Amino acid sequence: MSDDETSDEFAIEVLGLVTHYGERMILKGIDFDVRPSEIMVIMGGSGSGKSTLMRHLLALEAATSGSVEVLGEDIARLGTRARAELSKKIGVAFRSGALFSSLTVGENIQLPLAEHTKLDAATMAIMTRMKLEVVDLAGFEDLMPSELSGGMIKRAALARAIIMDPKILFCDEPSAGLDPVVAAQLDDLILRLRDAMQMSIVVVTHELESAFKIADRITILDEGKILKVGTVDEIKNSDNERMQNILQRRTEEEILDADEYLRRLTGITVEGSPPL
Amino acid sequence: MSDAAPRSAILRYSETVGRNSISAIEMIGHWGALMGESVFWLFAGAKMKQPVRISAVFQQMMEIGVFAIPIVALLSATIGMMLAIQGIHTLSIFGAESQVVFGISLSVVREFSALITGILVAGRSGSALAARLSTMQINQEIDALRVMGIHPVRFLVVPALIAMIVMLPALTFLSDMVALYAAGLWVSFDLGISQAAYWSQTIDALSIGDLWHGLGKAAIFAVLITLIGVVNGASVTGGAEGVGRVTTRAVVQAISAIVITDMIFAFLATR
Repeated sequence: MSDDETSDEFAIEVLGLVTHYGERMILKGIDFDVRPSEIMVIMGGSGSGKSTLMRHLLALEAATSGSVEVLGEDIARLGTRARAELSKKIGVAFRSGALFSSLTVGENIQLPLAEHTKLDAATMAIMTRMKLEVVDLAGFEDLMPSELSGGMIKRAALARAIIMDPKILFCDEPSAGLDPVVAAQLDDLILRLRDAMQMSIVVVTHELESAFKIADRITILDEGKILKVGTVDEIKNSDNERMQNILQRRTEEEILDADEYLRRLTGITVEGSPPL
Repeated sequence: MSDAAPRSAILRYSETVGRNSISAIEMIGHWGALMGESVFWLFAGAKMKQPVRISAVFQQMMEIGVFAIPIVALLSATIGMMLAIQGIHTLSIFGAESQVVFGISLSVVREFSALITGILVAGRSGSALAARLSTMQINQEIDALRVMGIHPVRFLVVPALIAMIVMLPALTFLSDMVALYAAGLWVSFDLGISQAAYWSQTIDALSIGDLWHGLGKAAIFAVLITLIGVVNGASVTGGAEGVGRVTTRAVVQAISAIVITDMIFAFLATR
């Protein structure tokens, strides 16, 4: 199979990925792939290795062994210039948003264009406005990130991630720290982006409801290994006891989170939950 | 048992000394690597399609240099006047007050201006650089730059380094002028020397070499402040508390490095 055929089949292909932090093995031989135009959700408990896996997919960490191919390129072997070229084809929305606090929202979103293209300022401004409209933030380009709410920061980060029309979009915990309504809006936005731009999307999340809503396939990580990869139905109907325990625990966590959220909004303590 | 306790204490002390020595060597290695990377991006950035942005350099020059003018001027005037008061007082013991201009001008131009400006900029801009980089590190902004294909050294460090190398000597020159002027005011007042005579004596006392001595030191301080700020900022761990820790460490290390470098400079220049 040629390289081109490989890149057509998989947007991302990970083979035998092993990584250590000091003496501790974090990822223990991960085989993983993402297909073009697919939404792949990576789930797992704390310390399961999902954030580490994401960092490897983004070439932010070096692996002990194994390979990570993104759009047919082995990222460990890329030089500075080739890596910069590849970076134009991927977008990342970090958990914290990672907007630059010294730049306005518009300047943040324009930054990849300003760095990687020779477009004039007017064209960049138009493109920025278009992306802000996609994420429902039109008119906010002159604000500083500190003036935005949590949900708006996440959406601005998404706008920056898609400004170069990437082939792969990575979202790290897109709904973390958001109320259920805003989280659901972000899920809808991710689905809209995939449909409109036909990009592959990799989402790391611990929100079960969100994962079931947006995923084409779900990868469940457990203690540095892949427990299961499958469609939403396959995951829901799996008889793997370990996986069901993980999923069941998440459902309970989400109920508790919702109670706490309600309590904070209304001041009413739900029966069985401790007072504030 | 009685032998074991002191032996283990000595062993622990040796381990600590060894570990700290390795850390210090590691840090100097980081400085060297960072300096190498900065020089690389400065000259090869355009070829790699990642040129250093002039606007970012000017922005840093404003932050580091222009906004520091009031405090540098104020402290330089204070130092100049303090040297004049102390110089006249000390030399009067030997009846040599008339030689005070010689002492003031050499002290200011060769030592005090570069030193006080370096310490001020280390406290003001070195700490800001460490705090900014460490906050960016914690907020994943450095990661964001990397995945956007923007090299953090080229984007964040090189503009600060260029601005520091230009502005610290410029501020030092300003400090020279202000300190000499303030000293001149006191000397005129106390000894009844005219301003023209004071400036004439000052120019006679100084050579171009003295001026370059101070400005050259300032350029070296600029490199030290930037590298120390960046290395500390990039090594942050542990959230907001970590930002405070690395910022303090950056200021302490930068001021220590400035004073030690100044001493080495003084030693070498007087051989």
